[in-house]
Parts: sequence; C-alpha cells; structure tokens
Amino acid sequence: MQRKNKPKLAVWKFASCDGCQLSLLDCEDELLAVAGAIDIAYFPEATRAVMKGPYDLSLVEGSITTQHDAERIHQVRRNSKLLVTIGSCATVGGIQALRNFKDVKNLTALVYANPKYIETLSKSTPIADHVFVDFELRGCPINKAQLVEIISAYLNGRKPNVPKYSVCMECKRRGTPCVMVTQGTPCMGPVTQAGCGALCPAYQRGCYGCFGPAETPNPRALSEQWKALGKTPQEILRAYRSFNAYADAFRKEGDAHEG
Amino acid sequence: MTQSKKNKPPKLYVLERRDFQELLTALSADGYQLIGPTLREGAVTYAEITAVEDLPIGYTDDQEKGTYRLHQAREPRLFGCGPGPHSWKKYLFPARMRLWQAQRSNGGFTVQADAHTPDKLALIGVRACELQAIAIQDRVFTGGAYVDPAYQAQRENTFIVAVNCGRANKTCFCTSMHTGPKAVSGYDLALTEVYTPEQHYFLIESGSPSGDEVLHALPTRPAAVDEVEAGEAIIAATSAQMERSLETKGLKDLLYASYDHQRWDAVAARCLACGNCTMVCPTCFCTTVEDVTDLSGDTAERWRKWDSCFTMEFSYIVGGSIRSTAKARYRQWLTHKLATWVDQFGTMGCVGCGRCITWCPVGIDITEEVREIQTTSVAPTAAVTERKRKRENT
Repeated sequence: MQRKNKPKLAVWKFASCDGCQLSLLDCEDELLAVAGAIDIAYFPEATRAVMKGPYDLSLVEGSITTQHDAERIHQVRRNSKLLVTIGSCATVGGIQALRNFKDVKNLTALVYANPKYIETLSKSTPIADHVFVDFELRGCPINKAQLVEIISAYLNGRKPNVPKYSVCMECKRRGTPCVMVTQGTPCMGPVTQAGCGALCPAYQRGCYGCFGPAETPNPRALSEQWKALGKTPQEILRAYRSFNAYADAFRKEGDAHEG
Repeated sequence: MTQSKKNKPPKLYVLERRDFQELLTALSADGYQLIGPTLREGAVTYAEITAVEDLPIGYTDDQEKGTYRLHQAREPRLFGCGPGPHSWKKYLFPARMRLWQAQRSNGGFTVQADAHTPDKLALIGVRACELQAIAIQDRVFTGGAYVDPAYQAQRENTFIVAVNCGRANKTCFCTSMHTGPKAVSGYDLALTEVYTPEQHYFLIESGSPSGDEVLHALPTRPAAVDEVEAGEAIIAATSAQMERSLETKGLKDLLYASYDHQRWDAVAARCLACGNCTMVCPTCFCTTVEDVTDLSGDTAERWRKWDSCFTMEFSYIVGGSIRSTAKARYRQWLTHKLATWVDQFGTMGCVGCGRCITWCPVGIDITEEVREIQTTSVAPTAAVTERKRKRENT
C-alpha cells in the first residue's frame, strides 16, 4: 500500500548505551520495509539528515539523569504525536538507576577526577516520570521483533502484540526444559516479562530479568526458592539490582535482601 | 486410527531388545516420522528419533516438587525415564499455529485458511497417563459440536506405541486418577519392558488393526506364561511404588463448596502465576489468537498460541481482568482440573502424571493442596477459627 504522506519517525537518545536504537538498524530484513513505510525524520545514529517536527512517532531511548534532559524531554513530547519509550533505561531508569540506591555525590567522586564538572540529578528516572508515554517497550536491549511489531501496529492502527506475562510462557512454548527444575540454576524467568523469546534458558542459563517485572509478579516466593537452592541474600539482592533495579517490584524485592 | 479391540483378549508377544530397532524400522517404512523420548539439556524431551540409540538408554530420572534430575542407571533400559517436561500435545496441538493469512487486493482482501497437512507421526513411548490425556484432549477438540480440524487430522495420522511404566516417579499419582500405570486403551501397540541381568525383552500387544499389521511384521514369538507374569509383576510393582495420592471421592462437590477456603490464600503467597503448570499439563488446552500484520499492511495473519489461565489477559474483559489475583487464578486452575472439567467433559482434567508438581519452579503440589482443603474443610476447628481471626486482625 502506497501512502501519500508517510508518517515521520524520530528516534531520541537520553542517558543510554544506544543499544536499543541500534536494534532498529539491526532489523536487517525489515529495515527497507520500515524505511519504505515511514520517513526517518530524525535519527542521528543513522543519518545526519534532519526533517523538522512535529513527528508522528517518536521512539525515546534512555533515562533522565540531568536537568538539561529533564527539560529536553518536554520538547520531545510537544513535538511528538505518539511517544514510545524503548528499553530499560527509558522505561525504568536502566542500569544507571543503581545510583538511586546510593548518594550520587559519593559515586561521582569515585568515578571522576574532577567531580566538580559533573552536573547530574540524584536519580536516574524513566521517561514516564516526566511526560506522558503512549507505550513502553521493555528490554535491555529491546527485542527487534517487538520493535518492528510496535511500528507495524502503529502504521496499521492496531494494538501491538506485546504480552506482559512471564518468560516461562515463551520458554515452555519453545520446549526448553526449566533450568531451575533440571539444574537448580536460579532463574528470574517466573517474575520477568516475556519478550526475548526465553533466550537465556535456551542456552541453559538462568534469566537475568532484562525485560523487567512481569504482570503481577511474586518475587518474594521466587526468592524463597532461590534460598532453598543455596543463594545468599547478597546474591538475591544483586539479581534484582540489575538493568531493571528501579522497577517497582524488583526494587522492593532487592530492598528486602539488603543486609 | 486407534481403536480398542473388543471381545478378543489381547495377545501378548515377545520382542527381544536386540530386535527393537525392527519396530522403528517397520514404522519408518510405513512412512511414519518417529517421535520419542530423547536426552536434551538435562531432561528427557520428545523429539524426532530414527534409531534405537536415540532413546535415553540407561537413563533414569528422579522427580520431586520443583526438581528433576537425570542420572545413569546400571540397567540399560530404553524406557527408564518417566514423563518429562514435554507432553505429546506439542505434536497434536502445537504451541504455535497459523490459522489463516489474508492479502489485501484491489481495495478488498482475500483470506486463505491454512491447510494443516498433518504429519504421519508414530509416538514411541506414550505412558498410560498420557494416553488418557490424549483421550481427554480428543473429547475437548473433537468430541463436541465444533471439531478442531487440525487436531483431528493429526490424530488420524498418528500411530501410538504405548509403554507400560516399570517404575513410578515420586510425583506420579496415576493410580489415584485411574489412568495407569498400565495402558488399557487408546494405543496401537503397547509394550512392557522386561529387564533382568539375563534377559531384556518387550512384551508387546496390539490395540488396533494398524497395530496388528505392524506387530505381524516383527520378529516376535508368543509370550510364555512366566513372561506374561513377569510383565504383570512389573506393573503391580509400579502401582505399589506410587507414593503420592489424590482422593477424588466427593472432590467436585467439595471444591465447589470451597470457594472461600483459606488454603487459596496460602497457595497464592507461593504461586508465581508464571503459567508453567498449565504449559506442561498434557490436558490443558487453552489458546489465544494473535493477529499480526506486516509493515505495509498488505498481509495479515492469525496465529493461535498456547495460553494459560495464569495470565491476566486470559480473563480480560471490558474493564479489566476478572481474575486479577494469583489466588483467583490458582483456584480457577485447580477447580477446573478437578471439578468443573467433570461437568464440562465428563471426566476430571487431571491424569496424575505429576508434571505440574515437578515443573512448578517453587514446587507447589496439587495433591498437597487438595489434601489441605479436604482435611480442613469439614467444619472449621477452633484452631482454624482462631487463625482466621488473627489474620483478619493483622
């Protein structure tokens, strides 16, 4: 179907590693179809060409960690009809939200020779803490098939198929024997949202929880089982203090094991 | 194709272990793709096999609540392992299946339903409980007014080689559900593996005309009385070995009366609502459909995927999910398996295979939950009332 006026896509970066926006360039098979269906109007990672806003669809990567960014995100929102955040940084604050559990001044002193030049907020926060977000796409990094699904759903005016249930659902559909049950390997799968296709268990590793808490998670019950498998509170704490540390359910469970 | 023989006592033959390959070869020669137990990532899973060496020879499994361990046994049995994480439903009722696709054309669109050409499958090593699970899914998918054509076509192209169980796992409770450990119907061929240091053979019997044909082509001999008795003794020993049990008498009515039982709260505190129990269950049949489009919007597809009553979306109706708590979802699942299923399909939805016990990451045990409800439901004791009062005050 040819569109006369193709919708304009913008990709924005805040505090992040760029991995999620690279997922778009990583869509090798679908990239041409994406480029054919939409105008890539603002995507500095891919092209220097810039089209003026407003934009029909904005993909926002990264968290808010500076005053400057806290103001910039409002401009992005104003210039975007639809704003979709992509990745753990944008949806829950990312790995850099580990600062939220400490005093950021002490941390900057540890990292930088001249911390006085560093201007940063005390917390790394998700985009939705600052502006209205139309859809959050989870993952560290996001799954490129889900990204294409979001764009496809948007272009066709339908609901995206992005389930919120546990990784276990994908793991079992795939036929992977449960690593917790067969090997006693601690796995975050039962409390983590699907989306990756249950990648790690397919390689006989426990899930790292990259996609953040599943709908109605029960991390307390999972921790009890991890303890039975010989994991210490410190190890449980570290499992939750990861890419999605500041997500509500993971933050609370981590806090419970802080000794 | 599977039919139980009537009016004719089943006749047992002996197939020597060294001739077992002949069975596989005969089925392959008949055009069947062979599916059987194989070793994979620390478990026995069902996958394509071509030769007897593909079976988990000499392996056995230990199963308990939330744990499964394989180890090598001294005896080189072909079927020394019990039901694993897979069930045969993945072949009869695939986890993902495209139902149709549609193409946009000249301002309209055309829908093309998928043909679902069945594979000719021979399932090797189907346990008695699994036969009953297949029979249950037969009722679900083909027993009512609306027949699932893909399931029906696959069933008609499936040859079943059952294996009677030579040992019970700790999570097994088929004797309580009257589904095992001996296969009584629903198979084309049934085997009992007999192993002693001196002998290793299979007692083999046919359960259908197709089974007869295959059996007659094999190098067998009629079983002697002592061989028949050896087979019976193995099955009796397996029954006696069964540690878990589930009392089904009066269970349906009890569960219907136990909607507010305190045990649901206790189990909800442990339940991850992850859906594992439903995915491994050989009778769970719920699906969801997902409509997808390509980027251009010129092609749309509808996919059917295994779903679970433990997801929020499962009970989503206008305004939200009607079973938003893990308590409501676990209660729904257990009550369906053991009570409402009876009203719906005429039998319970549980065959006692124990998969939901083994593969629950936190080891929730359906037999334990039922027993708790049974032993605490009659009339609340003083202690129960006291506990409840305390809980409500905190």
